[in-house]
Amino acid sequence: MKDIEPADGRFLEYAPAPESTSILKVRTDYGLFIDGEWVQGRGKSFTTISPSSEKKIATIASASDADVDAAVAAARRAYEKSWAKLSGSDRGKYLFRIARLVQERARELAVAESLDNGKPIKESRDVDVPLVAAWFFYYAGWADKLDYAGLGANPRPLGVAAQIIPWNFPLLMLAWKIAPALAAGNTVVLKPAETTPLTALLFAEIVQQAGLPRGVVNIVTGAGDTGAALVRHPDVDKVAFTGSTAVGREIAKTVAGTHKKVTLELGGKAANIVFDDAPIDQAVEGIVNGIFFNQGHVCCAGSRLLVQENVHDEVIDRLKRRLSTLRLGDPLDKNTDIGAINSAEQLERIRTLSDIGEREGAERWSAPCEIPENGFWFAPTIFTGVETSSTIAREEIFGPVLSVLTFRTPAEAIAKANNTPYGLSAGIWTDKGSKILAMADRLRAGVIWANTFNRFDPASPFGGYKESGYGREGGRHGLGAYLKSGASK
Amino acid sequence: MTIDKSAPAAAAPATLAPAERAVQVLGGDLTEKALRQNLEGLPGVDAVGLEQRAAGLATRSIKTSSKAWALDRIIRLIDLTTLEGADTPGKVRSLVAKAVNPDPSDAATPRVAAVCVYGDKVPDAIEALGAAHGDPDDGLISVAAVATAFPSGRASLRVKLADTADAVAAGADEIDMVIDRGAFLAGRYGKVFDEIVAVKEACRRTDGSYASLKVILETGELNTYDNVRRASWLAILAGGDFIKTSTGKVQPAATLPVTLLMLEAVRDWHRLTGEKVGVKPAGGIRASKDAIRYLVTVAETVGEEWLQPHLFRFGASSLLNDVLLQRQKTITGHYSGPDYVTID
Repeated sequence: MKDIEPADGRFLEYAPAPESTSILKVRTDYGLFIDGEWVQGRGKSFTTISPSSEKKIATIASASDADVDAAVAAARRAYEKSWAKLSGSDRGKYLFRIARLVQERARELAVAESLDNGKPIKESRDVDVPLVAAWFFYYAGWADKLDYAGLGANPRPLGVAAQIIPWNFPLLMLAWKIAPALAAGNTVVLKPAETTPLTALLFAEIVQQAGLPRGVVNIVTGAGDTGAALVRHPDVDKVAFTGSTAVGREIAKTVAGTHKKVTLELGGKAANIVFDDAPIDQAVEGIVNGIFFNQGHVCCAGSRLLVQENVHDEVIDRLKRRLSTLRLGDPLDKNTDIGAINSAEQLERIRTLSDIGEREGAERWSAPCEIPENGFWFAPTIFTGVETSSTIAREEIFGPVLSVLTFRTPAEAIAKANNTPYGLSAGIWTDKGSKILAMADRLRAGVIWANTFNRFDPASPFGGYKESGYGREGGRHGLGAYLKSGASK
Repeated sequence: MTIDKSAPAAAAPATLAPAERAVQVLGGDLTEKALRQNLEGLPGVDAVGLEQRAAGLATRSIKTSSKAWALDRIIRLIDLTTLEGADTPGKVRSLVAKAVNPDPSDAATPRVAAVCVYGDKVPDAIEALGAAHGDPDDGLISVAAVATAFPSGRASLRVKLADTADAVAAGADEIDMVIDRGAFLAGRYGKVFDEIVAVKEACRRTDGSYASLKVILETGELNTYDNVRRASWLAILAGGDFIKTSTGKVQPAATLPVTLLMLEAVRDWHRLTGEKVGVKPAGGIRASKDAIRYLVTVAETVGEEWLQPHLFRFGASSLLNDVLLQRQKTITGHYSGPDYVTID
């Protein structure tokens, strides 16, 4: 047989399909959003860049201690004067309104997120933004049903919540924090990550559009100092943090001995366990989705692949084939699978840890892909021959790097999976339901996915064991983090 | 675990026809037991994961030059089909005219790969094609005939073989056979296997060459993805040149997840033996947009070298005109309408 004009890579080299940025109107500079208004920051302003091009997006204000003070004071006033006095159903109306505005402005938010964070538009469009709306819808529904949150009748809000979120899912983490806090009757001061403030600032516009009483939501931008000032502030009743374990530990120290309630959602080194009776093609997809989704910038990423030794070669061969079809490049192209690494600093960390992996004797393989000239990029990489003692099997890399280990029996899989200071998530791949249940019982991780990975739903609580943090976000449990029992003083 | 004392296995013949591929993979002593163990040993399919992957592939955005290439290629991969009780010589002539000259307003429009008709209409199709009859790899048009008591397959093997041999004798280049779904669902894999081997032999022409054999699984009746994977593997082992989703007479016909799964089987076969088997989704693909999703799925699963008439086909009738409308749009920049493409 001969071919009629073979495609010769012409078809798979899909023509560019960039999402238009015309819908997004970015201001040249942004102040702080305090008490319902935009105000100048008193700290030294900074720029936010697009990690895929290193081009400047906007100048961002930095909140000084005094600005943080003003924001907390505004939140306190709003808490006492308006928000806590509203009925649950009225708070729900505002949250529903926010959810609908997020849906209306979904494309704009997705473009902004991909521009500022570097994640592919197909993820911001199909995962991040729809989940943001879902989170607000979900907690809007709870606002007038707090009696059923599990804390007895008439549970009460905590007061002012200080919320600090990371750069990996900027708008989604904002939603995880703000939606339950407001539903429960708290007011918030939120600090987005230094490298990804854009969507939080667009969200401030949505807050204005929704007509939320002033001061209920305050957004202060800045670096670590701003966050520290916010955590330290004596008039804050609750601290919610998502980010690294190192910073989480600092926060725990700072609030120790105060009245502040804390929830911490920290790092992870999840085991994704593949048995020899797994649906193999779907398991390969799950491995890809587990570690290469969002460039591996996911705290619950399946960064340790535990594969049963008798199918190791088969799984790795299929995985390499699949990784070779991933498209790395312009985050705004609708066909991009792997976007940019969020910052030069993070790229450096990924490189350093990967080099250590190689030095320690693991075998490195990277998907063949062209790396763009500007911006921060790291090709999807897997390490085979990794041992439990290897650095890359213990430390969170937070990038598109998979460490592959093997196991022989379910008991060994459990032992290896649990052999980590973290305990955020885990995955199990097998066609046998009873095996899933038996494994899940013994895995010490807050979230366990069976025959899938990295699936999120507002109704499902999320959080970690051990050094992955404490408290739960999402679902009914997530409300508990922002309420106290009506009987307590 | 099924043991060989179980009723269906015991009732079926122990030894199978020694099809070359099956012997190669399962060993020389080809028994129904060995076939059963092979099929039941295939990894399971997780329905949620499979459908999620198909949905992910469907989000690819194919624009400008890629779209133009895709539209032309879709036309060259179509088996333009008429399978009605009411088919007449006139209807077949009209179908053939459309196949030869899909868009009279643009002579640069490629031709389809084949016309697909009932066996007794093969002479009409060949006569109407005239000089245009030949190998689609040469830009000509093949004649495909459905056979083996299409679409139900409920007839004796003798009748199915006669049906096939008739069509081949009449000049059919390709035979689209149906598997015995009843036997498959009853666990009689050996019967299904032996029938395919026998039909393949009936595809032999007097000069020793063979008509190409497409094996229709009728995935809508097999119902589960695990069944589709087993049937795909069975049809390949028995010697099918193509595996085809559906007759078009049963709903659901071709779906993207089912086609993806069959492509995975073909990919795995290629991985194992280096041999390329074709895939033909048929029925229910009406829009260019959908067809492009299939091309993406082929290219990203088995590779774009599969986008050739001898390795991938669309079984469709109304798809062609939608592709032509899209094609006119990419060339002229504006949409025309259904009156600007010809019906067959």
